Amino acid sequence: MSDKVLMKGAEALAEGAIQAGCRYYFGYPITPQNETPEYMSRRLPEVGGRFVQAESEVASINMVYGAACAGVRVMTSSSSPGISLMQEGISYISGSNVPCVIMNAMRGGPGLGNIAPAQADYFQAVKGGGNGDYRRIVLAPSSIQEGVDLLVDAFELADKYRMVVMIIVDGLIAQMMEPVEFKTRIDVSTLKTPEWATVGRHGRDHANVITSLTLDAAGLEQWNLKLQAKYAQVERTESRIEEYQMDDADYAIIAYGTMARIAKTTVRIARAKGVKLGLLRPITVWPFPAKQIQAYVGKLKGTLTVELAYRQLFEDVRLALCDKMPLGWYGRGGGVVPGPQEILGAFEEQFGKGR
Amino acid sequence: MAEQMNVIYERPRSWANKVTHYCPGCTHGIAHRLIAELVDEMGLLDKTIGVWPVGCSVLGYEYFSFDSVEAAHGRAPAMATGIKVTNPDNFVFAYQGDGDIASIGMAEIVHAAARGWPITVIFINNGNYGMTGGQMAPTTLLGQKTTTSPLGRTSQTNGFPIRVAEMLAQLDGPAYIARVSLDSPANIRKAKSAMRKAFNAQVRGIGFSLVECLSTCPTNWRLTPVESMERVRKEVMPYFPLGEFKVAPGVL
Repeated sequence: MSDKVLMKGAEALAEGAIQAGCRYYFGYPITPQNETPEYMSRRLPEVGGRFVQAESEVASINMVYGAACAGVRVMTSSSSPGISLMQEGISYISGSNVPCVIMNAMRGGPGLGNIAPAQADYFQAVKGGGNGDYRRIVLAPSSIQEGVDLLVDAFELADKYRMVVMIIVDGLIAQMMEPVEFKTRIDVSTLKTPEWATVGRHGRDHANVITSLTLDAAGLEQWNLKLQAKYAQVERTESRIEEYQMDDADYAIIAYGTMARIAKTTVRIARAKGVKLGLLRPITVWPFPAKQIQAYVGKLKGTLTVELAYRQLFEDVRLALCDKMPLGWYGRGGGVVPGPQEILGAFEEQFGKGR
Repeated sequence: MAEQMNVIYERPRSWANKVTHYCPGCTHGIAHRLIAELVDEMGLLDKTIGVWPVGCSVLGYEYFSFDSVEAAHGRAPAMATGIKVTNPDNFVFAYQGDGDIASIGMAEIVHAAARGWPITVIFINNGNYGMTGGQMAPTTLLGQKTTTSPLGRTSQTNGFPIRVAEMLAQLDGPAYIARVSLDSPANIRKAKSAMRKAFNAQVRGIGFSLVECLSTCPTNWRLTPVESMERVRKEVMPYFPLGEFKVAPGVL
């Protein structure tokens, strides 16, 4: 018998975090991810964890910062405008070299926007948002099951690199229901408190201090160079991509998350019409799987980047492929989600019938 | 028979034996000293985590030998909450200035107090933003000249100074709220006594505690250290009266 259960995305991701060893969650209500804090508020006490509803996203992320300094597995979740408020804390956490996991259920923007699915926070997640030279690992699942599986990796990566790991989904994945199986259960009693954690000295011969402040310019440059070396290692070793129907492909759609899921149907429709179309789906959008995509230079006649945003993912595709092949783009914004036929129409408009 | 020598004053073990960067006549050093003495006397060195603010005391963690973290401006109470919840048996205090606590971090301090969790806040009220050069703070007195109220603070333009201790004492969450002054030996002794109660409120798990310390800023006040202490007594205390505003049962 399968261990699959039918769950709503925002709740399954919360359970996935708990299975991954998360015992502390701080959050503030915002649609379309309210089921995540609601679930955490009743589940965490059952497993010996703590849920705190903060007074704002600003407070949430700083509570996360405090708990992260204690070396525990901690997360918060929010949606676009709330994630904007967290940018200060994300920069401090990154500058202090402590780990945490953040989920963003992206919604239409800018500003208050709406609560419909969007991918318009790509730049914020991948390129920056807060001040200073920092990176976070950004994971982009395209199903609830993948999100649950990636949460285990998210906490492992956060601990391994002492980095912020962000999971970006959207209102669609957060709100739909799918069968999901929790394959990995981390035994938190096996997780050791890191030696750098500020948990009180308790006999340690020195004080631990966690700060993002270095007044001396040369010293701060050295600190930055350490961060950069870490980010370079992550770029070398942690990028992931799914290559779907790419063996004989003449063309590829490049898309992630919800958009990639829909684009898979486009690929199947196109294949049925005899068009050799495939899909390149970044699973990590930082580090961007540029090398894996560059491997198709000389093999493809063109790519069509499709996103729920305006030329954000496309910017990274262009950086990876430059003028090595024709680069098409199609996107919808404001929470409008194109169907598979609409994407195929965009493909045919830009690349002809593809034969 | 050899004469018995008793130690009556020494460097606290919690003090990291460093020279501070504070200006002559600034009372940050006194507040620091009191914290170090109390951490020693109450046997808290091994379980203390200090949460430091943005402001003149941004480097506070340099001066103590217990664990510390450096918060973003105004967010120390939120960060302290995150630290305390993971290790409730540890002793967690936040150190905040007036711009930090009463302006940018007002939401964080009010909700930390309202939650009432046993964390302790030492609040340094010197009536201006010291580190950035003496701008107007939420605690700047009416008529007081600062670099951003060059003709003196007026209520019409800038509103009124905020009495943080009295405001937080209205909430049900706090176990202990007091305002003390660091201007004289007598008041420093009283300040230490209030801080001991605040620390105890946490150690005994009774609830949130805060001690507001009337402090000096000779450099930005354009006064000598002695004149600064005088100003605290003559101008600051009438608006910010000393006293205990909330003492829950069990706080001693």
